[in-house]
Amino acid sequence: MNNRINNIYLAGVGGQGTLLASEILAEVLMTAGHDVKKSEIHGMSQRGGSVTSHVRYGKRVFSPLIPEGEADVLFGFELLETYRYLPMLRPGGTVVVNDLKIIPAPVAMGAERYPETIPAKIRAVCPDAVIVDGMELAQQAGNVRTVNTVLLGALSLRMELDHSLWLAALNKMVPEKFLNENLEAFRLGRES
Amino acid sequence: MERAILSGNEAFARGAFEAGVRVASAYPGTPSTEILENIANYPEIDSSWAPNEKVSLEVAIGASFGGARSMVAMKHVGVNVAADPLLTMSYIGVGGGLVVVAADDPEMHSSQNEQDSRHYARLAKIPMLEPSDSDEALAFTKLAFDLSEQFDTPVMLRSNTRISHGKSIVNLGPRRTDLPAPALQRNPGKFVMLPANARKRHPIVEQRLLDLEIWGCQQPINRVEDGEGELGVITAGISYQYAKEVLPKAHVLKLGMVFPLPKQMIRDFAARCKTLYVIEELDPFIEDQIRAMGIEVNGKETFPICGEFTPGRLATALGLPTSQGVAAAAETLPNRPPNMCPGCSHRGAFYELKRLGAYVTGDIGCYTLGALPPLSAMDTCVCMGAGISNATGLSKVLTPEERKKVVGVMGDSTFLHSGITSLMDMAYNNTAGTVVILDNRITAMTGRQDNPTSGHTLAGIESPPVDLEAICRAVGVKHVRVEDPYDLAQTRKALQEEMERPEVSVVIFRRACMLDRHSRAERHAPLFVKADSCVGCKACLKIGCPAIEWQEGAAGEKGRAQINQVLCVGCGVCKQLCKFDAFGDGHE
Repeated sequence: MNNRINNIYLAGVGGQGTLLASEILAEVLMTAGHDVKKSEIHGMSQRGGSVTSHVRYGKRVFSPLIPEGEADVLFGFELLETYRYLPMLRPGGTVVVNDLKIIPAPVAMGAERYPETIPAKIRAVCPDAVIVDGMELAQQAGNVRTVNTVLLGALSLRMELDHSLWLAALNKMVPEKFLNENLEAFRLGRES
Repeated sequence: MERAILSGNEAFARGAFEAGVRVASAYPGTPSTEILENIANYPEIDSSWAPNEKVSLEVAIGASFGGARSMVAMKHVGVNVAADPLLTMSYIGVGGGLVVVAADDPEMHSSQNEQDSRHYARLAKIPMLEPSDSDEALAFTKLAFDLSEQFDTPVMLRSNTRISHGKSIVNLGPRRTDLPAPALQRNPGKFVMLPANARKRHPIVEQRLLDLEIWGCQQPINRVEDGEGELGVITAGISYQYAKEVLPKAHVLKLGMVFPLPKQMIRDFAARCKTLYVIEELDPFIEDQIRAMGIEVNGKETFPICGEFTPGRLATALGLPTSQGVAAAAETLPNRPPNMCPGCSHRGAFYELKRLGAYVTGDIGCYTLGALPPLSAMDTCVCMGAGISNATGLSKVLTPEERKKVVGVMGDSTFLHSGITSLMDMAYNNTAGTVVILDNRITAMTGRQDNPTSGHTLAGIESPPVDLEAICRAVGVKHVRVEDPYDLAQTRKALQEEMERPEVSVVIFRRACMLDRHSRAERHAPLFVKADSCVGCKACLKIGCPAIEWQEGAAGEKGRAQINQVLCVGCGVCKQLCKFDAFGDGHE
């Protein structure tokens, strides 16, 4: 294993399950034998604010924060938040983004406008961006709240980690009564 | 050895468990809150939420007097509240080990200032350990208890947002079970801080610091990591991680104990390095002490005092190249500020306070968001409890007519934390003033922890909730009324009447938090906007509800409001603002 540190930057909106997704991701990376660090902000951001999470892994990780412009993957749970954090991504990095708009307060109040055609704008700078209809797939899985698991499924295809590790982490971390729908959501995301 | 990936806060809790802690107490405060929440998962530890940080520390001190290991956790500004017992406990020392975790918040992600807690260790003359990741958070917690008992001193552990809320891999161990059983210990010369006793204790405190300094030079908690070349870095805590990232080849003196400093070790290290940097977030705490030793170092002339460090900020400060990421959006993006939840009971009260032209002396909690547009209904916010006492002071200097506008506002948890004494002062000293208590029955902002109005303890046990009305009356307030903040007309009437009254009065706006853990919040079918009734006047947007979304009209047409059916909880506050009856109930 070389000493290159891999960086995944998650961006979403408070209440979307971004933090749980980053927990599962970190668990998978640890069981795969990596050193892992993860950092995020709780508190104020929970009240519908912007939420980001840094996940770093490799042989030995020092800083829990990803240096700007060095994320290998920008993993977005909402379009505007993904668009906002494009400068975190290294040129040639991967974008996996949920095709979902959540209207921020200044837009809801009519004071500002939600940007148009964000998927096209992301593709203009990251042609291989993966845009996932997370809500539709989560509905297919039986619960819209599984959208973060759908997105993890889509992300898992772009990471060199054994499929069984993902399933083991889901089995360990998702409450029993939601497990089946989450396993289905993961499968749908992986096949998307 | 079992491994797990834990947050710093989970690791502090695990460390307390493994160290054999029997009692833990705290008042919630970001980023420290999850320490007690996680300790509560260990039935071996008596854990509870205290009304404030001072009480929590005094509870822990009591347990320590009985010979038990005890721990408290608080955010940096909480240490200000607990400072009184902390500084005297330094003289007393401990019975059982006593550890105080202080979690700083550089960058002020969720705080009103970015004070540096390390100064408290120096002020109290007690040792402070500073972990740099979760594994050290666990290990240093255990070490802190040993140190506390070995040197007869309270010990501080310093965390911050990135340590507390960051996750990394830790090694788990068993709980200590070989500690002596707690019992009454009588030792008045040590436990009763009368001046005569305290005078004898002070020299012991000074000697203790000298002994700790020598200990720090001999222990692996402070260590040198050899690099290449002539550049040396002295660092601690999270700054160590950034320094290793940005200057991978430097020699590093990593301090695990940031007070007292291991002076001889620093002298030896400095002698080896041609250039010496001190890399520490916030104040030049280590730097100033090293300079006072007569050693030339480079610190705050290169690295910022304000805000948190990141690898990028360190690299920039050092003039090193930084990475260039994908191009940013060419357009200005709308911000996404935090907001009160749909159905939040605070919204109606702030809307009416604003309409009445009230001058709101506010306080700390979710309701501080009432300062943001469109409500923009808070004029001051200093610290926990200040909402009422600031109103008192302001009322003393205004004309009776202007005085009427002043309203002190705070939440139930803040009132119990430190508002009661403020209200007592206002009432007893006969200052006419209007006080609003926004009573949603939980400590919401930090993650909806139970408090003494909630009716449940941290351990989940039911307990009779305190009676806010009775407290207000007991401290001398004659006019106390309870109102429903969902009823805007009545909210306005109540505020108007009490603001006019030339006496102290309290209006308690009572409604359960929408995130209440005990499902006391009412939820109704979402409202909808009748397309042909909405004239696009935007009156409903003035309450800033996240469930109401403005839809721009097509060219030449008016826009109109729309209700997000997923977010709306049917509280009906918006409906009361509409003069055109454009809101329908449920799915008509």
